[in-house]
Amino acid sequence: MQTTVKILKRPFTSTVIAILCGLLVAGIILSISGYDPFAAFSALIKGIFSRPKYIFKVIEKSTPIILTGISVAFAFKTGLFNIGAEGQYIMGSIAATVVGIKLNLPPVIQVPVVILSGILAGAIFGAIVGFLKAKFGIHEVITSIMFNWIAFYFCNFIVTSSEFHKPSSARTVSINESGFTMLLYKWKNTKEGINCLKQNKWLSDIVLKTDLNYGIIIAVIMAIVISFLLHRTTLGYTVRAVGLNSHAAEFAGIGVKRNIVAAMTISGAICGLAAALTITGTSPHAIYQLTMFENIGFNGLFVALIARTSPIGCIFSGLFYGGLSYGGNSLQLDLGIPSEIIGTTIGIILFFVALTGVVPMLADRLAKRGNKNAK
Amino acid sequence: MLSSILSLLNTTLMYSAPLIFGAMGGVISERAGVVNIGIEGMMTFGAFVGASIGYYTANPWLGFLAGGLAGALMALLHAIASISFKADQTISGMALNFIGPGLSLFLCRIFFSNQTMTDRVPNKLPKVFNVIDITVFIALAVTILLWFILYKTKWGLRIRSVGEHPAAADTLGINVYKIRYLSVISSGFLAGLGGASMTLAVVAQFTPTSISGQGFIALAAVIFGKWTPQGAYGACLLFAIAQALAVSLGGGKIAVPSEIINMLPYVLTIIILILFVGKSMAPKASGKPYDKGTR
Amino acid sequence: MKVKISSDYAVQMRAITKNFGEFCALNEVSIDVKKGTIHALLGENGAGKTTLMNILYGLYQADSGEIYLNGKKVEIKNPNVAIENKIGMVHQHFMLVNNFTVAQNIILGREVTKDFGVLDMKKARTEIDEIIKKYGLKVDQKAKIENISVGMQQRVEILKALYRGADLLIFDEPTAVLTPQEIEDLINIMHKLIEDGKTIIIITHKLKEIKASSEVCSIIRRGKYVDTVNVSEVDESELADKMVGRSVNLVVDKTPAKPGEVVFEIDNITVQNEIHANIDSIKNLSLKVRKGEIVGIAGVDGNGQKELIEAITSLVKVKEGTIKINGKEIQNTKPKNVIKNKVSTIHEDRQKRGLVLDFSVAQNAILEKYNEAPYSRFGILNYDEINKFAKNIIKEYDVRPEKCHRKKIRALSGGNQQKIIIGREIKNEPELLIAVQPTRGLDVGAIEYVHRTLVEQRDKGKAVLLVSLELDEIMSLSDRIAVIYNGTIVGEYDRKEVNENTIGLLMAGGSKKNADNSKNS
Repeated sequence: MQTTVKILKRPFTSTVIAILCGLLVAGIILSISGYDPFAAFSALIKGIFSRPKYIFKVIEKSTPIILTGISVAFAFKTGLFNIGAEGQYIMGSIAATVVGIKLNLPPVIQVPVVILSGILAGAIFGAIVGFLKAKFGIHEVITSIMFNWIAFYFCNFIVTSSEFHKPSSARTVSINESGFTMLLYKWKNTKEGINCLKQNKWLSDIVLKTDLNYGIIIAVIMAIVISFLLHRTTLGYTVRAVGLNSHAAEFAGIGVKRNIVAAMTISGAICGLAAALTITGTSPHAIYQLTMFENIGFNGLFVALIARTSPIGCIFSGLFYGGLSYGGNSLQLDLGIPSEIIGTTIGIILFFVALTGVVPMLADRLAKRGNKNAK
Repeated sequence: MLSSILSLLNTTLMYSAPLIFGAMGGVISERAGVVNIGIEGMMTFGAFVGASIGYYTANPWLGFLAGGLAGALMALLHAIASISFKADQTISGMALNFIGPGLSLFLCRIFFSNQTMTDRVPNKLPKVFNVIDITVFIALAVTILLWFILYKTKWGLRIRSVGEHPAAADTLGINVYKIRYLSVISSGFLAGLGGASMTLAVVAQFTPTSISGQGFIALAAVIFGKWTPQGAYGACLLFAIAQALAVSLGGGKIAVPSEIINMLPYVLTIIILILFVGKSMAPKASGKPYDKGTR
Repeated sequence: MKVKISSDYAVQMRAITKNFGEFCALNEVSIDVKKGTIHALLGENGAGKTTLMNILYGLYQADSGEIYLNGKKVEIKNPNVAIENKIGMVHQHFMLVNNFTVAQNIILGREVTKDFGVLDMKKARTEIDEIIKKYGLKVDQKAKIENISVGMQQRVEILKALYRGADLLIFDEPTAVLTPQEIEDLINIMHKLIEDGKTIIIITHKLKEIKASSEVCSIIRRGKYVDTVNVSEVDESELADKMVGRSVNLVVDKTPAKPGEVVFEIDNITVQNEIHANIDSIKNLSLKVRKGEIVGIAGVDGNGQKELIEAITSLVKVKEGTIKINGKEIQNTKPKNVIKNKVSTIHEDRQKRGLVLDFSVAQNAILEKYNEAPYSRFGILNYDEINKFAKNIIKEYDVRPEKCHRKKIRALSGGNQQKIIIGREIKNEPELLIAVQPTRGLDVGAIEYVHRTLVEQRDKGKAVLLVSLELDEIMSLSDRIAVIYNGTIVGEYDRKEVNENTIGLLMAGGSKKNADNSKNS
């Protein structure tokens, strides 16, 4: 009994319960709609794992949402709900694109400059939200929503401006090639590169058909760095102290306001990094107009919540999300099941995550009942 | 000149109606103490159901009503999570923002031969004097009615007390949970109407972008309007004017790009929030689950 | 005194027992309240008075025991049942909706309406006006609660009960937040209510007001019924004796103090009330603490203790006056600077102000010195050193379980949590150690340990400032005692020259002259 209760009280357990419940409800929806949920599930798995290309596509898709997930998770540690990840991501991609187009330096300089400009833009956007919260006490969710829209229209403004617009398209021109971060980018476009890769079916599948880039490595490093920051540095210590109990932090002389601004700045910076890596690492290396955006910031909310705000956990929940959304395409292709079932499933899982705050409570009750029986 | 002003006015009113329904939904839920960040999802689902029923029955009024009920259904989920289970209201609301569009598009593909948009409804909701959508007047009526309920009836008194000081209401024998459930469900109903007014009056079909952010703007309007129906109504008009201006100036004849005009309401909201800082306007218990044990 | 169940009594509560988890809040408490009287319920903080009344009002359910109203047995499951039985309660923390008008608050839940639930405020106001006139409860019905004084707000609470037809009114610490003038008004109103045939129960620990208002007084101590007396037949010091109870004194071994020079000095400070700008929570308060002595601040809750501590620790602004440690002014700075200037505080609210419950024991141990070497260098925490530090505290202060430095501090018992805090604060090597309610909620063993540690610190030559609501604790630990009443120090005594009665009288707002006389009697 004791161990059952202990396991039930782990956040990991409630997450698994939430995911299982989500999949179950999704399965029920599918069968009501006349589809075979088991066939759907196996198609989904096939769509993710059956070819190396798929796996690497999932990784490519997951990279930015792992990072926005980490960003949201970090803000959560200070007790802030960074729904503005979307706006910070957009601002980051605008800055990276503009700088990437305007500058054309040697790659060793160009890449860091482009990425840093993305980080900076995201950081500033996050910092403003933090500042407004610390200084004026305005709820971060409200300012974030406002800033998301400002970023949205600003992006549109840049895309349509004659300076950056790519004629007869809904996007800007691509950034200069010196800012690309794909693996073996130059070589794989040469004849010998193609010939060399074609000798191995796996390699050609992975390298030639995907925008294989350094992003995922950076995302994993960031997860570790942020985890280290949170648990091993004084900054992480104060940020968490403020998030867990701002009254005690204040009484112990830890600056609550300063930490709110710091946390939002870092959170924004990570979103900016996610954006810059997408711009430099995946085609078409440009920003789109309006709705073309794929809600990468919003999806970070899901990733962070599923990971229970653990940065390392965000790697897995990000891959989970990336897998679901990429594999969802094959539901459509193979079985004609609307791929939107994936978005629905994600929502349902999130709903159960909200509900599973109850699981530890139920576990406590279970423990009490156990004690009573023992007596 | 006069005709362009009239057309601007008309566009403004047209865009305002869905926002107003959404905002009124936000007002009633927040006044009862439940943050409803899921308005967007409820509006989307309402937009889809409204258009589908409107298409299949050829009766736009039935579609309109069905849209409202669809929103109410989603709201019921939010109510169960945030009131009975005392779940985090923001997470539960966000979940609806995923479920709403996801489920709408999923069902859309099933009922409309694998398309992500519905067919056009045969009959739109009527226009008054052949110019102004009737939903504009319904939205105004809803605003006035909500104002009347909140400030002039005993139900309003109870809703507001539950949002401000649930423990006080409880010691006077008012059922806090019941009032909150009813408010959240009404909130979803109104949001659903808002979505349906988009797909049955403004345009005549549901598309993936029918509802793209109106729910969040409505939420902002609630705050901008200091949680009152009349204030939120005004805020919605302001957002709608900006949208209409952006559309009518979109031709590029004027130096100010439409995107910059589009940004204005959001910038303005932030400035106003800064200026009115310190005067806490949000219902005090908003966002806090009520637990009888902590009374 | 065994009373028969009879309709002469408005309320008879019999053998009421209530446990909160392991803690027994009420142990077979019985009271009998005669119709048409003002009946006082006297006891120290935490004695169980409010719990007993919350049971009567249906906010809590008793574990066992019976309630009779007018000789009839009732079961009060919720406030609605209480209201139906004509019971009204004026809570200590007012249950008022701040942005509603007075009239709206009064009618809430029992609204006066026309058709379709439309409010008829005019008719409601007329009805309320009748009650206002009848009992002299003058208040502006159209004013919003947030704009009227605390005294007025209390009238609204009384009106709420009367509007619902209450015949029995419960007042929970009604005078705690009132000015002397307002208290006088309240007592007049109570007498008018009695003349009209109502019955009143008043929860209080202020002796003077019992004398001024009540006929009968029941005393509760530590969840147990002590006695019921006719107020006219006893004097204040007898009541104080019964309330405090002499037998349970905890004995603390200590030698006479050898005080040195003054290290800590509060000079004439004034602190504004957080909510009401026109009220001062602390008024011209002065206090000195010398090396090697424990100064105890005695007082009833809500007389400015909280604000005093917040002022010393720079959490609130001091309007006038200075606070000095070793001659250096530390008022209106940052909490961090206060700690750096060697003032350490053991806060009364361990869980809110003292600890981050979801941090480990070790992380809590360095809450005030996380950015000092060797615990961190260049912003990187050194967990070897942090754990070593925590293990030291655990060993020195005998924290159980022994190997807990990695455990969340939430998992430790209250006593062990407190030991970590005390260890942490003492390791700061403070010049002044402030202990606020340091034994609140602890068991006897832990209490003894805390007391011994405070005396040890004193013997090492530290200045110790003890703030406590427990008179016992003040009496047994302090070398000097200052009594705080209504935001200022109303009397200061050498421990050897004063007894509990004197302190108790001052705490309850008695004049210093009377108090000084009583000690000779």
